[in-house]
Amino acid sequence: MALWPRLSGRAIKITSLLLTLVPLVLSIAVFAGFDRSSSMAGVVQFEENLPWISLLNANYHLGVDGLSLPFLILTTLLGVLAVLISWKVELRVKEYFVWLLILQTSITGVFVSLDLLLFFIFWELELIPMYFLISIWGAGRKEYSALKYVLYTLFGGAFILAGILILFFATGSLDIASLASLDLNNFLRPALMVLTFFMFFIGFAIKLPAFPFHTWLPDAHTDAPTAASVILAGTLLKMGGYAMLRLNVAMFPDVCRDWAPLILTIAVINVIYGAAITLKQTDIKRLIAYSSVSHMGFVLLGIFTLGEISMNGAVLQMFSHGIITGLLFAITGVVMHNTHERDINKMGGLAKQMPRTAIIFILAGLGAMAVPATSGFIAEVSVFLGSFQSSVVPGGQVFTMICLLGLVLAAAYILWTVQRVFLGPGLDKFQMVKDADKTEIVFSVVFLLVMFGVGLYPQIIVDVIQTGVAPLAALFGG
Amino acid sequence: MDLFMPEIIILITALLVIITDLFLTKSKRHLAYLSLLGLGAAAVATVLNWDSPPELAFGGMWALDGYASFFRILFISLSGLVIMASVDYVNKFRRFQGEYYALVLLALLGMIMMASTTNLITMYLSLELAGLAFYVLVGFLKDQHSSESALKYLLLGGVASAMLVFGLVLIYGFSGETNLGSILNYIQTLPSGMDITAHTGFILGIILTITGLGFKVAAVPFQFWAPDVYQGSPTPITLYLSIASKAAGFALFLRLFYTVFTDPLALSQEWALIVAVLATAGMTLGNVLAIPQKNIKRMLGYSSIAHAGYILVALAAVGNSPELADGRISLLFYLVAFAVSDLVAFVSIIAISRSTGSDEISSYEGLAKTNPVYASALTLALLSLTGFPPLAGFLAKYYIFSAAVQADLLWLMIVAAVNTVISAVFYFNVIRVMWLRQPREEVRVLASWPLKLALGISGLAVLIFGIIPETLLNLIEKATELIIH
Repeated sequence: MALWPRLSGRAIKITSLLLTLVPLVLSIAVFAGFDRSSSMAGVVQFEENLPWISLLNANYHLGVDGLSLPFLILTTLLGVLAVLISWKVELRVKEYFVWLLILQTSITGVFVSLDLLLFFIFWELELIPMYFLISIWGAGRKEYSALKYVLYTLFGGAFILAGILILFFATGSLDIASLASLDLNNFLRPALMVLTFFMFFIGFAIKLPAFPFHTWLPDAHTDAPTAASVILAGTLLKMGGYAMLRLNVAMFPDVCRDWAPLILTIAVINVIYGAAITLKQTDIKRLIAYSSVSHMGFVLLGIFTLGEISMNGAVLQMFSHGIITGLLFAITGVVMHNTHERDINKMGGLAKQMPRTAIIFILAGLGAMAVPATSGFIAEVSVFLGSFQSSVVPGGQVFTMICLLGLVLAAAYILWTVQRVFLGPGLDKFQMVKDADKTEIVFSVVFLLVMFGVGLYPQIIVDVIQTGVAPLAALFGG
Repeated sequence: MDLFMPEIIILITALLVIITDLFLTKSKRHLAYLSLLGLGAAAVATVLNWDSPPELAFGGMWALDGYASFFRILFISLSGLVIMASVDYVNKFRRFQGEYYALVLLALLGMIMMASTTNLITMYLSLELAGLAFYVLVGFLKDQHSSESALKYLLLGGVASAMLVFGLVLIYGFSGETNLGSILNYIQTLPSGMDITAHTGFILGIILTITGLGFKVAAVPFQFWAPDVYQGSPTPITLYLSIASKAAGFALFLRLFYTVFTDPLALSQEWALIVAVLATAGMTLGNVLAIPQKNIKRMLGYSSIAHAGYILVALAAVGNSPELADGRISLLFYLVAFAVSDLVAFVSIIAISRSTGSDEISSYEGLAKTNPVYASALTLALLSLTGFPPLAGFLAKYYIFSAAVQADLLWLMIVAAVNTVISAVFYFNVIRVMWLRQPREEVRVLASWPLKLALGISGLAVLIFGIIPETLLNLIEKATELIIH
């Protein structure tokens, strides 16, 4: 996990690439060596536990289970791709890659830490590199967006910290696994349970982001450099969903059940409102950013209908959204870089000049629309089927039905965007625009391979998710 | 007698510095080395009787315990770093360099005594000793700003001392004792029918004492002097005031209030409430007023008011549940973490503004390009002051928050946490200016090796105390166990 680079003046990019490849290989090794049998459900594997601050009962406790493994893979994979995507960065190259690598370290840390304090440290650590990435290499109102991002997340962090402290003093433990196995009803008064639940929920909802805390996201995405957008959409948002499953659902099952209707309402708003706003966008990056808001609504829906299949779907949806939206941002970055244009209304007919780019964008768009054979299809189908079936939350079906509308809207905004950007008569000003180059093709193909790979053979990852989600679902008798 | 070796060494060094100054004509830098040598000897003497059993000396006027030893080492190290950071700055004044170092050492003596006094009279004496040295140091530049600051500090300091004395007199009048142990004894053996919290004179005494000490630590609403004095004083003295003088104030505060005023829990919780209110006011006002500041020293002045607020949170936690050790440990840890973070910030500022000739935040534009090392150091310090992991500032905040939650002060913890978010605005403003703006002109920051060493040591400390704080925490835990009265 030690990603600190030895910077050698000229070969920074190659060094970074190698440095991100190492954890990818490691995590694939972990993936291959992961015991998928159902007897291992909920058991943490590849554990590492060292005492850290005994006075605070904090430990350096790392490990993966079925819940975190998909995210670990996703993070390390996107790390490698982000370096490839950044191949064209020429401004303050050394700093850029240092921040990128620190960012990778902290996100990976969030997904593998099993100690609440450590988890929180990584959670906050991620802010600093992101701040610099957006504010130095971004565009537009980059400083405003970067600060907004930091303040929103810090604000959420304050609530998370309060939640962690309440838990710590009620139980005397910071260990995530042992906290989840305790019945917190014995330690906390019911009112305090609800309070703690919502402290965590608000903190994570800001990250996810859930309505009405989502406003930082479009700004941050719009103004961030491409690679930062990819990581932001691909893995940072997932920290919110992952943490909800890990803490909110695993530790507060009763509160979850009681308050699920409220949260599902938020999910519905996320899906519909996010999609509706997406339709209105003219800035191509902003458009994809809002589509993320909509897609994260599906994740909320999947998690808080509290069924086994729906939660499986939610995790899968996060994984697949990371790949698909990551690719969308990456390829949009190519379009913007080559055309120097980001306003959709001023684009058109680009398919003539950039046929390869257009094809990649359309394929990724199909994923976002959840067309069969893509990972998006599997993910959304399991979310919807699972939510519809789940009988844990009364009225889950209604919420599911409304959210289905989001699918139609997704098709609408993706197809409309493709039409406006790539189709139609060619414009003279784009005569000289170049198509995607080799590096760009390489990372796009990797994205697409994963997307279709998971779409056609979902079992490869669903197995793993299953072992993580099963114990959670068991809490609700599912 | 050898238990007082550190104090004696410091005093002798101070005198030696003045005498040597008379004979040195050329390189005054040797005075700094001489002072450092004396401090080194004092530190060795402290470490040598580190494990000696705690005892009271001079008829119960001084405590020689782990707590005192801890603060001795802390203040000696901080003074050493301040002197190292002064070497460049002091060249500004042609004359009186000897006096400067001697006064720094005398202030140190006063502060060490503040941490070990167990008697109302010696308490006041040590406070004044440190205070008088600081009054002179603040006015050392002798320009308009500096003189104004010194006068302001002197006048307001005088008022605060008067309040403090009045408070101490009331406590003495109530108990008839000046030794802390005897006062405690008196309170504990009061006839059971007598409610101490209903005794107006005594409570007034406590409130006035809090007022007087509140001035020393720049707690709102006794903070009016801080921004002006911070801006006007020589920068190393600003640093000294904000890290050491404040820590000494808190050391005294904690010893007095924890050892004497915690026995009937009702009494303890009464002052804890006052302190909690002061903490809320301090954090909020300090952070909000820091946002519009254009001068970086002034901004750090407001920020140090806010940090005093955070430390008061720990003090309130001590008052609310005195039986828990976490409040005390977190207070001491915060003092150390804040001191090293502030050190890094101020040492960078000293180096930078010597080259740019300005303390305005706008003069920091593009510093990351021209002087990446100093810009990185300042960024590190600001991030630690905001409370970002994995730096010392984060762990210190976390510990104080956890002490507050544990002492049933959840509301105070949430106020503090929200304040952390507010503080990010102005700390990030400086970071933004340094990293995102284009440099106006090419400025090379040059600094002497003592300053670089001070920067290196404190920067390393910010990282170490944030990532592997175990050793320091164990030391502090020991120190807080040993308070005797």
